[in-house]
Amino acid sequence: MKMNMIDFFEALFQYEFLQKALFTSVMVGIICGIVGCFIILRGMSLMGDAISHAVLPGVAISYMLGISFFLGAVITGVLTAIGIGYVSQNSRIKHDMAIGIMFTSMFAVGIVIITLMKSSADLYHILFGNVLAVRMSDMWITVGIGVLVIGLVTLFYKELLVSTFDPTMAQSYGLPNKWIHYALMVVLTMVTVASLQTVGIVLVVAMLITPAATAYLLTNRLSVMIYLAALFGIIASLFGLYFSFIYNLASGATIVLVSAFLFAMAFFFSPSQGLLWKALKARKNRAELMQ
Amino acid sequence: MKHALEIERLFVSYLGNQVVKDITFSVEKGSLVGIIGPNGAGKSTLMKAALNLISKDKGVVKIFGEPLKNWKKNIAYVPQRSNIDWDFPITVIDVVLLGTYPKLGLFKRPSKSDKEWAEECLKKVGMENFSSRQIGELSGGQQQRVFLARALAQKAELFFLDEPFVGIDVASEETIIQILRELKKEGKTILVVHHDLSKAESYFDHLLLLNQHMIRYGASEEVLQPEVITKAYANQFSFLQPKGVEVTS
Repeated sequence: MKMNMIDFFEALFQYEFLQKALFTSVMVGIICGIVGCFIILRGMSLMGDAISHAVLPGVAISYMLGISFFLGAVITGVLTAIGIGYVSQNSRIKHDMAIGIMFTSMFAVGIVIITLMKSSADLYHILFGNVLAVRMSDMWITVGIGVLVIGLVTLFYKELLVSTFDPTMAQSYGLPNKWIHYALMVVLTMVTVASLQTVGIVLVVAMLITPAATAYLLTNRLSVMIYLAALFGIIASLFGLYFSFIYNLASGATIVLVSAFLFAMAFFFSPSQGLLWKALKARKNRAELMQ
Repeated sequence: MKHALEIERLFVSYLGNQVVKDITFSVEKGSLVGIIGPNGAGKSTLMKAALNLISKDKGVVKIFGEPLKNWKKNIAYVPQRSNIDWDFPITVIDVVLLGTYPKLGLFKRPSKSDKEWAEECLKKVGMENFSSRQIGELSGGQQQRVFLARALAQKAELFFLDEPFVGIDVASEETIIQILRELKKEGKTILVVHHDLSKAESYFDHLLLLNQHMIRYGASEEVLQPEVITKAYANQFSFLQPKGVEVTS
């Protein structure tokens, strides 16, 4: 382990690709953590999963046309969000059913397009990430999205808080809830694109939900939750990349596993919500009653 | 003198059924009005439609003679408790502070004086000792008091409360009605959706009795006449008989 550590740092100083990989995955960890807080508090975890999968055809078509990934991803992502809303509001189909139908269909369309036009190697990388192949342009795009996300959340923190906690109050004093919802969907598609190379489409949702959920177990304040989620995102990215490099594993999988480990720690040991303390307290209460 | 609230020929549908039918009434400034009626009478629906929280089929709502949108930030709305996510990571004082948001405008954060004002509002409802608790840790009555404090923090002219007395303790109910009376004294206009007829007369100076259609609007003692009540509760005879209401069909 110690040798591995040294190897890793040596490699880090030596290889530019590793530096770029590290920088990009840390950035992705931060933005996924921040956006994830709003996704889980709005009860949109499943929606996050759906949108992240639904960008696949957009990415494929952009690739085919030689335009930016973003354009295609945002268009298919938002179309899916609208489609889900439309189906569930205009029939007896429930929201979660609509999500299940729409995102798998979009995903399937994406797979067909990619298989028809190119080798399956690209598909593999889009689905599972290939952080060591991060190019300079990818890195800047990720930085750009990061700045945008942090900027938006800072500027509109107040509005995001009210519309998430009490949408009725937000609406009653004139906040445009619907537009906030769609803006969040757009941000979600951008975050997905930024995460393509580090964790891949299939596992983006883990980076959105797991660090935020871990933070959710540890605090009673949204602002603290956002910082904690970003921090857990960073830790997951750092250690995930380390394990990926040392043991030659897919970076998406190792990053997600580290964040799952953090979640498990919080789940059992959180001072206020942890199962362990709850069990100990219950035991103590019972013991007192027995005396 | 202009009325604080005027509603004219309001029709509202909920899930495809028209539940509010042709309601017209106006409320004078400084009134404390109870909206009463049987289950499914459209009380909450009426309130939400008046605030444009749900769309109406037809009708006009005016606040001090002007369109609702001119007054949005001066209306405090306290939702039903069941509509809130009580696990949300937010503390009591931060909930109250939300009341200062409408008048802050975009990009501005609450200042120190806003925070002091929120604390003062929390004190008014007797919850100052709970300010750093997570809201889910409170009892139903305490939660309702916190939401009333948030409405106070908004420094609004009109207050709309949806079923504030459901499932809460007697002390909280006392505190809340006390504060509503003080607001009335300050000249504020308050509308409360309420389902308990027994206290309606002592709580409110005016009552709006409805069962989809408007049955009667007026001073509480006028509305709470057996023959008027029977009209609204016509299909709930068995409930009224023990209260001495004679039922003739």
